[in-house]
Amino acid sequence: MAEPVIRVRGLVNRFGAQTVHDGLDLDVMPGEILGVVGGSGTGKSVLMRSIIGLQPPTEGEIHVLGRQVTGHDATQDPELTRQWGVLFQGGALFSGLTVAENVQVPLKEYFRLSDTLMEEIAAYKVAMVGLPPEAGPKYPSELSGGMRKRAALARALSLDPKLLFLDEPTAGLDPISADGFDTLIRTLAQTLQLTVFLITHDLDTLNAICDRVAVIADRKIIASGTVAELTRFDHPWVREYFGGPRGRAAARARDVAHGGGLVEVG
Amino acid sequence: MPDSPQPESPGFHLSLDQDARRLSLAGRLGIAEAGRAETELAAALGSVAGALEIDLSGLERLDTVGAWLIHRTLRDRPGSELVAPSPQAKLLIAEVAAADRPLAQAEPPLPFVVRELDRLGLYIITFCQTLIAGLGFIGLTIVSAWQAAKSGRGVRWRAVTVQMEQVGVNALGIVGLMSFLIGIVLAQQGAVQLRQFGAEVFVINLVGRATFRELGILLTAIMVAGRSASAFAAQIGSMKLAEEVDAMRTIGLDPVEMLVLPRVIALVLMMPLLAFYASILAIVGGGLFAWADLGIPPATFAQRLREVVPMSDFWIGLSKAPVFGAIIAIIGCHQGFMVSGNAESVGQRTTLAVVQAIFIVIVLDAVFAVFYTALGFN
Repeated sequence: MAEPVIRVRGLVNRFGAQTVHDGLDLDVMPGEILGVVGGSGTGKSVLMRSIIGLQPPTEGEIHVLGRQVTGHDATQDPELTRQWGVLFQGGALFSGLTVAENVQVPLKEYFRLSDTLMEEIAAYKVAMVGLPPEAGPKYPSELSGGMRKRAALARALSLDPKLLFLDEPTAGLDPISADGFDTLIRTLAQTLQLTVFLITHDLDTLNAICDRVAVIADRKIIASGTVAELTRFDHPWVREYFGGPRGRAAARARDVAHGGGLVEVG
Repeated sequence: MPDSPQPESPGFHLSLDQDARRLSLAGRLGIAEAGRAETELAAALGSVAGALEIDLSGLERLDTVGAWLIHRTLRDRPGSELVAPSPQAKLLIAEVAAADRPLAQAEPPLPFVVRELDRLGLYIITFCQTLIAGLGFIGLTIVSAWQAAKSGRGVRWRAVTVQMEQVGVNALGIVGLMSFLIGIVLAQQGAVQLRQFGAEVFVINLVGRATFRELGILLTAIMVAGRSASAFAAQIGSMKLAEEVDAMRTIGLDPVEMLVLPRVIALVLMMPLLAFYASILAIVGGGLFAWADLGIPPATFAQRLREVVPMSDFWIGLSKAPVFGAIIAIIGCHQGFMVSGNAESVGQRTTLAVVQAIFIVIVLDAVFAVFYTALGFN
């Protein structure tokens, strides 16, 4: 069995008297797209921040790509920062740089490439995430929310990372853009053999692209599996989430899309 | 072109057969190899024209940057084709080929002279616009105050007291320390000059009159402009960015009444108190120096101070304080409301708020000096 790309053991995160995670375990295998779901305030973003080294956990061990994240500042480890790309919820583009320059920031940091090649890489990355060429010389403040997300994805992908972290990639997008984003991530993950750690509330995204879904509740990962498996899982929150009207609608849409309109789930 | 060799990447090889028709790529071709690969490709193909067969059979690993290099070669040499690409490589190359759209370029910069003239013109226009907008904002504040009073809503005293604490009480330490030290410096420098005439005792006139009439209030105003105008601009600016100001409007609250009035009132009330406190501490500093260095005991110092400093100095100084307070608060808030777009704008507006507030305070102080002298207060 392959080594997990992300391996979290006994993670504890405490803020004052409030315990967000208590003994959380999680494995993410190479090449899989893992969706992380949970109610608001269950610590999905804190989990992601812990894994990428922005939030030193109170206790516990985290390994990413075989390297230890906990116990030191992982963001100082170029072996890690070169191999992962992170899409933050608000995009977090550098506001003083144009879109093209934003995409080039990681390239300039790690590689010595000719200016032409750098420009070309920025151009095809920008086109790949579905932005028009006019977006290149624009500043983030001149873009709409959806375009900003795409530009941020282009920056996250600029180093052809092995591991991609996405924090609510489709939140705030219109349904058509969200579908486009889902397809985009699926295609990129397949062609680039990416491992994706994805936080989302979007049931359509879960159905469309996730190989596996992990549910955070009660300060732990309480279940993980395919969407179909989770619909049968017995936990109040999970039942309500997948069995609610939105969950059922999303499942129906998936079944129709997969040509299996007669399969009843949940 | 890269000016130094890439870090060792032995994984990539390219070779061209004798009649320069078949290009073979082997090993790893990824972003780490891209810099070297580009140079080698250019070197190998520089003198070769026409279509190529690109043999990918030896390629072990490819990413989008490698795929891009292959795609670029294919594109620039029409008629070229791939030999033995893996399905994975085919997919990647198709993927980047589909995304081959050069980015739009930003407008080219203007020539130097034109650009600088442009900037100067823009600066003058901005200056006039800011002046007019500032006057407009003062009017807006007065109207808001009038409406708040007329509608019977009155002033939000809770907000006012919070602001009074932040701009006044929390400034006590730094304003006091600054004034105390300025008092010492003034006395010391004055003493050095006056000693030449044996007139050290006039240090008391110098410290007393300068402090009460000018320095106490002016330095306090500059300090408050740096501390509070910037804080107001940043607070209101970030609220504007987070659409809090718009939210207030949609609920029917007047942002000027909610945000500006409490700050203006707080500074108008606190400035005279701060200025008085600063003057007293400067006197204490000067007095201590006079005692330590010139041997003038505090009792004599106080006695003499009462003889030489007319009460009018005190009132002139204090009369300026509320005006300075109001103008500092209004400039800070105005710049806060001018924030738009991104976080950088908050920084720019905060800086502008401080610069403008200090500038206007000094200009107004000069106006006051001329005014009171013309009235015959010497």
